[in-house]
Amino acid sequence: MRFLLLLPFIGLLWVPFYNERLPELFGFPFFYWYQLAWVPLTSLLTFVVYKATKE
Amino acid sequence: MIGSIDWTALSVFLFFFVLVTVMGFIASRWKAADDHAKLEEWGLGGRQFGVWITWFLVGGDFYTAYTVIAVPALVYAVGAYGFFALPYTIIVYPFIFLVMPKLWKVAHASGHVTAADVVHGMYGSRALELVVAITGLIATMPYIALQLVGMQAVISAMGLTGEFPIIAAFLILALYTYSAGLRAPALIAFVKDIMIYVVVLVAVVLVPMVLGGYGAVFHAADLAFQAKGGATGLTLQPQQMLPYATLALGSALAAFMYPHTLTGVFAAQSADTIRKNAILLPAYTVLLGLIALLGYMAHAAGVKVTSPTDVVPVLFKTLFPSWFAGFAFAAIGIGALVPAAVMSIGASNLFTRNVWKAYVNPAVTDAGEAQVAKIVSLVVKVGALACIIFLPTKFAIDLQLLGGLWILQTFPAVVFGLFTRWFRAGALLAGWAVGIGGGSFIVFSDGLVPVHRMILGGESYTIYVGLLALAANLVVAAGGTLLLNVVSPRRTARA
Repeated sequence: MRFLLLLPFIGLLWVPFYNERLPELFGFPFFYWYQLAWVPLTSLLTFVVYKATKE
Repeated sequence: MIGSIDWTALSVFLFFFVLVTVMGFIASRWKAADDHAKLEEWGLGGRQFGVWITWFLVGGDFYTAYTVIAVPALVYAVGAYGFFALPYTIIVYPFIFLVMPKLWKVAHASGHVTAADVVHGMYGSRALELVVAITGLIATMPYIALQLVGMQAVISAMGLTGEFPIIAAFLILALYTYSAGLRAPALIAFVKDIMIYVVVLVAVVLVPMVLGGYGAVFHAADLAFQAKGGATGLTLQPQQMLPYATLALGSALAAFMYPHTLTGVFAAQSADTIRKNAILLPAYTVLLGLIALLGYMAHAAGVKVTSPTDVVPVLFKTLFPSWFAGFAFAAIGIGALVPAAVMSIGASNLFTRNVWKAYVNPAVTDAGEAQVAKIVSLVVKVGALACIIFLPTKFAIDLQLLGGLWILQTFPAVVFGLFTRWFRAGALLAGWAVGIGGGSFIVFSDGLVPVHRMILGGESYTIYVGLLALAANLVVAAGGTLLLNVVSPRRTARA
């Protein structure tokens, strides 16, 4: 399960993937809402790993 | 430059400042143990903070006042590039989740109070312990000084000039930190964090309403960057992408090597407390992302400043009524006190355990340790204050940049031993030296910028120097271990 924790690194450090203006969401260019969306997503992934590996 | 004193804002500011001062002094009795005179009590609050106290403390300590001032200032000036703080403060949490509970367990089992204690416990090397301690001490000093820069920005926005207010604020902070230790910032962090959340939520709802929505905010910023020639903008230029990613990664790896963030980790009640916090702390990152947007809101509001640190204070003064501006300034001012207190405590713990006890007085009692640490915390704060008063601010900013590079070089010594015993102390020491020396050399020869441009196979790559230095550090540490294994095999290997 721990491999899930690699996803935020891939999603955020591979910049060409999200260095775009479109599509916009609530007036936010893609670059901004994409990165903000990773905050709850990372939290969720960590929670899943936490539940799966709880000692 | 900002004009006469704003009495309404100043009164609100002073009210909250007095409130947290009283809390700071009361804190010494909060959750106090019978045997109070121990470094574990003063410097780690008794190692008993649960999920919520840790959440407020680490949140208040990691997202500093300087962040609130500097991140929007950078975004205001350079646009998308300034947002690297966002991926940085996201990827730091999976790292914390995987590494910090292990570090906590080792520290808890042996009564370690600092990262250098842990390194000494793992490798038995006084030299490696000392370099980790010294690096932590030196990297922390400019960080404390920068908290003062954040505080100064809001104090001058209320019309108070001169150095007296900042000296008074810092002396009061020094006194209650002396008496209450880590309990003071832990208690004050509740007030500070709630205030910051209120300010940011109000700003992100109210400001776009005034300015015509987020679409208009981004549009105004876009026009401002185009008017400046389009070298920076709402998205990254192709040559900015690698610096953006490497700054984010390097900063994330460095963030929890600092004494103040580690103090928050060591002070937790259990490894599980830290795991839960790795899930819950990203809430502050949402906040940081919104704070960063203040830089664009400043463009939409037509804010023009001479010094970038004035962007946020001037924006608040322009858009908020005086009393709420005062509340916001209090949030930032108190936001400087919490990290400054934890930083000075982290530095004091390092000095006491890894310099004083290791070299000056190995027979020091528990009570003696606590006393040394308390005095050092005063010295550290006076030092930071002197640094801001007598030296140009740029000095602290440059030093903070180098500090990030330096602290990152302690990563192999602190982290690797939690997972493998393969690395040898001598090799880690050599790796540290190469990383610090090489990295500092590159930064100085490039004229104190964080990224370095290299040409490889005809292509140019710009990378955060801290990561380059870490790579050299790792190569030397691994190569050195192989070499040492040949020259002087481990005793356990012979047995």
